[in-house]
Order: sequence, then structure tokens, then C-alpha cells
Amino acid sequence: MKEVKQQLRTTAGRLSVNVFLLLLLVAAILASLRYGALKLSLSELLQILWDRPAGMAYQIICNIRLPRILLGALVGAALATSGAILQGVMRNPLAAPGIIGISAGGGLAGILVMLALPQWSMLLVPAAFGGALATAVLIYLLAWKRGVNPVRLILAGVAVSAMLGALSSAILLFHAEKAGGVLDFSIGSLAARGWLQVNAVWLYILGGITAAAFLSDKLNILALGDEVATGLGLKVERTRFMLLAVAALLAAAAVSVAGLLGFVGLIAPHIVRLAIGSDYRFLLPASALFGGVMVVACDSVGRLALPPGELPVGIIMALLGPPFFLWLLRSHSYEA
Amino acid sequence: MKLEVQNLSAGYGGKLVIDGVKLFVRKGSVVTLLGANGCGKSTLLKVIGRVLRPKQGEVLLDGKQVSAYPTAELARQLAILPQLHHASGELTVEELVALGRYPHRSLRLYCSRSDRECIDRAIAMTRLELLRKRRMSTLSGGERQRAWIAMTLAQEPKMLLLDEPTTFLDVCCQFEIIEMVRQLNRECGITVVMVLHDLNLAAGCSDEIVMVKDRKIYCAGPPREVMTPEILRAVFEIESRVTWDENNIPYCIATGSARGVQK
Repeated sequence: MKEVKQQLRTTAGRLSVNVFLLLLLVAAILASLRYGALKLSLSELLQILWDRPAGMAYQIICNIRLPRILLGALVGAALATSGAILQGVMRNPLAAPGIIGISAGGGLAGILVMLALPQWSMLLVPAAFGGALATAVLIYLLAWKRGVNPVRLILAGVAVSAMLGALSSAILLFHAEKAGGVLDFSIGSLAARGWLQVNAVWLYILGGITAAAFLSDKLNILALGDEVATGLGLKVERTRFMLLAVAALLAAAAVSVAGLLGFVGLIAPHIVRLAIGSDYRFLLPASALFGGVMVVACDSVGRLALPPGELPVGIIMALLGPPFFLWLLRSHSYEA
Repeated sequence: MKLEVQNLSAGYGGKLVIDGVKLFVRKGSVVTLLGANGCGKSTLLKVIGRVLRPKQGEVLLDGKQVSAYPTAELARQLAILPQLHHASGELTVEELVALGRYPHRSLRLYCSRSDRECIDRAIAMTRLELLRKRRMSTLSGGERQRAWIAMTLAQEPKMLLLDEPTTFLDVCCQFEIIEMVRQLNRECGITVVMVLHDLNLAAGCSDEIVMVKDRKIYCAGPPREVMTPEILRAVFEIESRVTWDENNIPYCIATGSARGVQK
């Protein structure tokens, strides 16, 4: 067991974990496509995806299940990457977009745009990005006193998050018919999402993840502390701002289509870190892949658990995530 | 690498912590800053290492202003190890040391063979060969400090700044660190400027000691000249006896506080 663990921490081991997670994500997507009111064997499924025959089955698979599942993978990847970045930038294992208020800030800005300018749906993600980034900077400034204290940062984030979340809920209660349900938004849901939502966010999310990959090396340096990072020749303030912007963009894109889906941003990076350590060059892509797996898996469970109804992915995530995470935490000597 | 500090003032907010400091460090020497808590010695070290921007004055490395160096270029000349540092406990010794290559590989994400050789050298010099795969969270205080010093060595600096490298370590580890620093100085020609709290440790390893008091340099010189009861009374407010060992290195025994005693 110990040898396996050491093997995973070599470059080859870390690359294999990334490849394994990629395969796992593809497997999860295919498995999720097979199940529902219409059940298909793998060969039937692949045939439909390949031949695109006209008819019910094709409609269900390609226009209902596929976009929703892809959206789940994108949202999970975005939130997990955002969480991993924030944990490094803020040097705090508790940091995650849902906890420090970045998701809430993005959500509030998104709701305001949806209500004020319903015809400008393409503004949704940019507006949410503005809200998320403004929240990130605000929390950073609130926590700043001759450097950033990690505890003050989380406390400021939790407070700001609660306030922004309450504002969003209040607004939604009065405009529930226009903006989708309050519950849907505050728990996080992928119900009834389709290609429209995928088209709205995929470019932002894949762009954000790519940018994160290019910054991962600098994030390794920044995680050593401002003074050490400066000593190593890193332009600390500029790098930190770029990373915060990427984290905000990813969280904003996710909240724009799936609401305040929590937990995946906090624990996906930790679970991956347990396996491969905290070199962000490998941790960021692995977190993205694992975040995608988590959301796709939880959304499938929510979709299938209580037919003909379904449970929002946020509820499943919050039910299944913590026990698994706590078990991992207890069974390893782990220091973030 | 020689260092000159001219008329340097710096501080936090509106408050000056060092004020009009002049300092000269010869190439290839080991210089230790000594002084009471809060006298400004750590701040001086931070300004030299451009971790803190000065309010006034210049820091010159080999005659060139520190602020004129591109940051990566400066990081190849000058390494600083602050007093407080942070690393994920999941990082291994080898990984931490590898991060020291950052200023040399700039746009490359991965280490080249020459980077690898340099990392191996840094690990060998700090005698961490047997610990290189261990996670930082599993190391003792002294081992951890050696790993951090190895990281700064991987930078291949010509000058090394160390802020209280022996604080929190037991006596044996303190000597280990200091002997290692001396060895680096002798064998690799690295100029060292450090802050220490232990007077006798400083006297034993330094070519020159700089006494810092009330935001200014009180005096500077070889240990023999500045480790006198008079200077120690002025700088640290202690009564002391100072004697010399067979190598002419002074050591002092503090006998009490001189606070509140009329001079």
C-alpha cells in the first residue's frame, strides 16, 4: 500500500492517475447515458451515437441526456479547478468557490442580469464573472492586514457568502417564475438543462481550465508564501490576481447554469491530493476530471433514484460526498 | 557578490522600522545582523531581498540597483529564506527543492537534466539524500529547515539571506545549520547575510557582526570588536562578561538585565 502510494507520486504515476480519471469520466458519461426511463445496452447506445438515426431514442439520448451529462461534467470540472486554485492562492484547505462567496457573488450578478435584461442571455456568464471576481477581490481586501491571514479570509468569505446568498434568495422569491426556482438555484441542479446551457458555458470553462493549466507552475510557487515566492522571482500580486480571475471565471460559468452547487469545489481537490500530492501541474487537471466524474455520477443517481421524479444533483452531492470524504480523511495521514 | 545599502528607510504603513541605514557587505563574507526584538533587523533583510519595498534609499548588488534587476534575474543572484514559510505538508523534500529551480527554467514547466543535477547537489550539500522522498509533514524541525535551505541552494544564488534560520531548533540542529552555512560560504563562495538571536552562535560563524538598534546600525565589525560588554549593554540592555577562546572568538555570558540601570 505504501509502495503504491509512493508510485503515485512520481511523474509517471501522476500522469497515469490523470489518464485513469479521463477514462473514468468517459465511462461515467457512457454509463449515465444508458440509464433512465429508456434503458439501452452499451452497443445500442454506441450505435445511436454513431448512426444518429431519427426517432425517439435519438432524441432522448442526444438532445436530453447528452447535453445534461456534458454540462454536469463541465460544471464539475469548473468548480473543482476553481476550488483547487483557491486552496493554493489562499493557502487554505477550506477555500472553495461555494464557501468564500465567489459562487454567491457570481450567482447574484447573474440573477440580476437575467431579471433586468432577459433578452441578453449571452451577458449572463460575463456578468456572473464580474460578480464573482468583485467578490473575490472584496474578500481579499477585507482579510488584508499586512498580508492575508487565512482564518480571517475564510471568516470574511463565509460572512459575505451568507449575505450575497440571502440577497439572491430574496430576489428569486419575488421572481420565481422568471428565474427558475429558488430551491433549484440555492441547492444546485441540472434538471431540464440542454444544449442551450452547454453552448453558453463550454468555451469559458475549457478556456478557464486551459489558462489554469498554464498557471499551475506559478501556483506551486505562490503556495509557498508571498515572501518565498518573491524571493524565487515570481511577480506575486500579478500572478495572484490572474489566478483569482481564472477561479472566478470558472465558478461564475458553473453557477450561471447549475446554481450554487457546493461541495465538489471543496472536496474534489482534496481527494485528488490524497492520491497524487499537491503539485498543481498534475493536481489541477486531475481535480477537473474528478470533479466532472463526481457531478456526472451524483446527477445520475439523482436522476434515477426516485422515478418518475428526480432529486437535484446538489442534494445527492451533499448526501454522498461527506461520508466518502470523511472516510478518506480518517484513513490517511493527510496535511493539506 | 558584494552588497551596499545606502541611506535606506523602510517600514509598514506610515511607520518607519528602519531609518537611514548604511551597510556594506564584502564579497564572500558571512555577516550576521544582531539586535533586540523589533529593532528592524528582519525588515532590513526583507528590503535587501526586495520582499519589502524601501521608502527611501538604495540597495546595490555588485554596484547595480536591486530595483533595476528583472525579478527572475535577481532570483538567480540572490536567495532569501524568510522566517515564516509555508509549504503543503504533502510536498516531498525533493519537490520543494525542485521549486528552487523556478527562476532558472522560467517558461519551461518541467526540469531539465541540468536542473536535476543541481537539485541533487543541493540535496547532497544539505545531507538530505535519505529523506528526499519524505513528505514535509513527516520531518523534524531541523530537517525541515535543511530542506528549505536546500531549496534556496537550488536557486544557485551568489548571495543568501537567512532570517533566523536556527530559531525553534535544538542546540545540535542549530550547530548543524550554522556549520552548513559556513561550508556553503567556504566551498561555493556564497555571500551570506543572516539574522540570528544567539550571540555566541553568531560570534562563532560570522566574519562581521552588525548590531542593529532603534531602526539604525549601532555598530559593525568583526565579532572580536563588537562583542564587548559596553556594546551589548547598549544594544541588548544586558550585563555580560565576555571572554575569548583559543581561536580568539569571543563568547559572552549574560549575567542580568541592564534595563532601568543608569548608564
